[in-house]
Amino acid sequence: MPVTLNINGVDQTVDVTPDTPLLWIIRDSLQMTGTKFGCGMAMCGACTVHLDGQPVRSCSTPAQFAEGKKITTIEGLASPVAKAVQQAWNEHQVPQCGYCQSGQIMSAIALLEKTPQPDDAAIDAAMSGNICRCNTYVRIRSAIKHAAELIS
Amino acid sequence: MRRMYFHDQPILQANRRDFLKLMTGVGAGLTLGFSTRMALAGETAAATNSAGDFAPNAFVSIDKDSQVTVLMKHLEMGQGAYTGLATLVAEELDADWAQIHAAPAPADAKRYNNLLWGEFQGTGGSSAIANAYMQMRTAGATAKAMLVQAAANSWQVPVSEIRVSNGIVSHAGSGKQAQFGELVDAAAKLPVPDAESVVLKEPSQFKLIGKRVTRKDVGKTDGTAIFTQDIQIEGMLTAVVAHPPRFGATVKSFDASKALAAEGVKSVVQIPEGVAVVASDYWRGKKARELLQIEWDESAAMTQGSDEIIAEYKALALKSGLVARSEGDVAATLAAAPRTIEATYAFPYLAHAAMEPLNCVALVTDQGCEIWNGEQLHTGDQMAIAGLLNIKPEQVKMNMLFAGGSFGRRANPKSDYLIEAVNIAKTQPGTPVKLVWSREDDMLAGYYRPIYVHRLQAGLDEAGKIVAWQQHIVGQSVVAGSAFEGFLIKDGIDGTSVEGAANLPYAIPNLQVELTTTQKQVPVQWWRSVGSTHTAFAAETFMDELASQLGQDPVELRMQLLEKHPRWQGVLKLAAEKANWGAPLPEGWGRGVAVHESFHSYVAQVAEVSVQPNGQYKVERVVCAVDCGVAVNPDVIKAQMEGCIGFGLGPVINSEITLTAGKVDQTNYHNYQVARINNMLRVEVFIVPSAEPPTGVGEPGVPPLAPAVANALAAATGKRFYQLPIKPDAVKA
Ligand code: FES
Ligand code: FES
Repeated sequence: MPVTLNINGVDQTVDVTPDTPLLWIIRDSLQMTGTKFGCGMAMCGACTVHLDGQPVRSCSTPAQFAEGKKITTIEGLASPVAKAVQQAWNEHQVPQCGYCQSGQIMSAIALLEKTPQPDDAAIDAAMSGNICRCNTYVRIRSAIKHAAELIS
Repeated sequence: MRRMYFHDQPILQANRRDFLKLMTGVGAGLTLGFSTRMALAGETAAATNSAGDFAPNAFVSIDKDSQVTVLMKHLEMGQGAYTGLATLVAEELDADWAQIHAAPAPADAKRYNNLLWGEFQGTGGSSAIANAYMQMRTAGATAKAMLVQAAANSWQVPVSEIRVSNGIVSHAGSGKQAQFGELVDAAAKLPVPDAESVVLKEPSQFKLIGKRVTRKDVGKTDGTAIFTQDIQIEGMLTAVVAHPPRFGATVKSFDASKALAAEGVKSVVQIPEGVAVVASDYWRGKKARELLQIEWDESAAMTQGSDEIIAEYKALALKSGLVARSEGDVAATLAAAPRTIEATYAFPYLAHAAMEPLNCVALVTDQGCEIWNGEQLHTGDQMAIAGLLNIKPEQVKMNMLFAGGSFGRRANPKSDYLIEAVNIAKTQPGTPVKLVWSREDDMLAGYYRPIYVHRLQAGLDEAGKIVAWQQHIVGQSVVAGSAFEGFLIKDGIDGTSVEGAANLPYAIPNLQVELTTTQKQVPVQWWRSVGSTHTAFAAETFMDELASQLGQDPVELRMQLLEKHPRWQGVLKLAAEKANWGAPLPEGWGRGVAVHESFHSYVAQVAEVSVQPNGQYKVERVVCAVDCGVAVNPDVIKAQMEGCIGFGLGPVINSEITLTAGKVDQTNYHNYQVARINNMLRVEVFIVPSAEPPTGVGEPGVPPLAPAVANALAAATGKRFYQLPIKPDAVKA
């Protein structure tokens, strides 16, 4: 079944079975591998992308649901908030293995777009769906606060 | 959009252009190689320096654009090895940090072995910096010496008058200066000085070692870093495997007709590990797997549950085991002691559950086999695959990718998932096959940290001294039946089962540690910090209980018993000071301490917890002091301590694998829970200044966390905790 998706501003048509999650279209059909597979059941956040600016778990988002929406992946980041988050991530040397970090960054950007000055509770609420098995949480927290300063 | 096709090219990571040159021999450059022994023991150089030639024994190469590529013999799985090894080279080379790039080395046990492991390449045991400290420095210093010689020759000035700083070679008298790239052609023609003649810096001259540098495993904030999961090769197929529902079960029969009829399915093959569906992509493969009809033979399968295993182990702990250490006369002292204290501890199976579910790309041809993998145990995996395919180990080409975590799992002593990948790939000769495990496959596959039971007994004399300590550990060996058995099991005792207990440093005159090794069908494996995951908890919570029985301060008692161990004392003292040990805490809070040595690094942690009446608790703050010798990358050390603390927190608050009637109960992160950001607040890390040789930091931060938290909970509630995880029910009054 052909599905047309707008990913990072470009319309892409792929032929997939209707139940194929957005994650596997992005990764396998389109070979954009920045978005990661961690759990496949919306438990880890590694696959987080933005749908019309909202963070969603692409592993649990059927392709059809994403049709007609603007999909942003880690490869398509361009907003000032996104750049601030990536800069803060680099300055705080957040990543260890790095596998979760695309998802962390996508969640952090969505948080800061909505809540430019998040407190610890807001960070916990927005980020607790993103597991980091390297446990870079202390740095994720400080990088989000630093990004908030950068954009203010 | 990125499309990457790899044929016989290794994966290009940080420094594509330079690495390409290296691999193909295009362009001139200086390539240095070392016999690893030579680098340490001063044997004759087996080096090459032919311009532009890629030599598989190389660590350092410099191109005409002055870009320095440091080849990495160790896996980067988050622990910072790429940064550490690059720092050592850059320091002695006096390079500018920006001109340094890290790239994976090919597998070669002779050139790229772990110097602590003999002729065997692999990453583990927190050993990357420890084994390569002098080797990588020598590699950098040798390169510098040759650049300096080349400059001296060309400028007609004495070597002694030439300086190198931040990647610039200069001569003050003549005002001449050059970048590395301008000198590589001349340097490449010089003989390689032997390692003994190369002068290394004094620590006072260090510019990078001990300073904060940015990491060299780049591409991790923009999605460009490539993991095994991301490999795309033209014509590659994806395999998913239906594994047996219980350990020890096998395929009796299967009907693949529905799966084979599904869109995108290329073939269905039976392999020793189960039934594999080979498909165009992951989702189609996974859907087709659901269509397989498999009848399993479970007649010889695991039937025990965790509760039964623990009960069995507790009974065994009452008997005697093999003696791993014995001092004085424990039995007599315990029998005569006016006071004895006893405790029995139980620890569950634990899954590594790294973020990147296990995967491996394998290509089998009539020439041999090529692997793309977050490769942690190069030599072992090469040998296992060679054995399977009946080829030579060197016919197994390894492309080492970043690993999305490992925590030990990718160093499987039996090469389990690699063998599975090759078993599938050999049915598709000439076609690369990517084996992808789902999270469920990963969690259910076993190779867990084993269940352990410890029985501890202590004797106290009239004066309030601990005069006897008896510890009996019961559990599976993580190396029995593997190629490592011969190295790690001595006289029936698996050293990894008793590490952290058999070397207990406390001054106790009568001390005995026993081990009973059990056998279960559940596959087990080392898990970040290995034996210390359980021995530190038992020893450090028991010590705390003794302190409270004796009415002594837990820090003071430890300090007294560690008089002969200044490095233990050093971290304990620093952690206690920085944590304001003894200062009052809010109502409902508790503070606890633990100290432990693993992999020759010393770590003390003080945890503060807050407890609510319903037993819910939160770790509010952890103060950590670490002594790992020379602190090569202080920021990486800090990051590893932070990571270890979070990793150690999971098994305290919620992580456990349990079995019911032989079946694993947990399948994914909803029921195998791990620490999340809301579980982790303040972490403060302090490094003890040291001139001792550097030791590892990837694991040693894990062991003290659980006992420190348990001791803090005990301080807050008056209760003692003898099993992990510690659920609110156990904490509430
Ligand atoms: S892979 Fe989607 S949330 Fe884990
Ligand atoms: S950096 Fe490794 S899982 Fe987050």
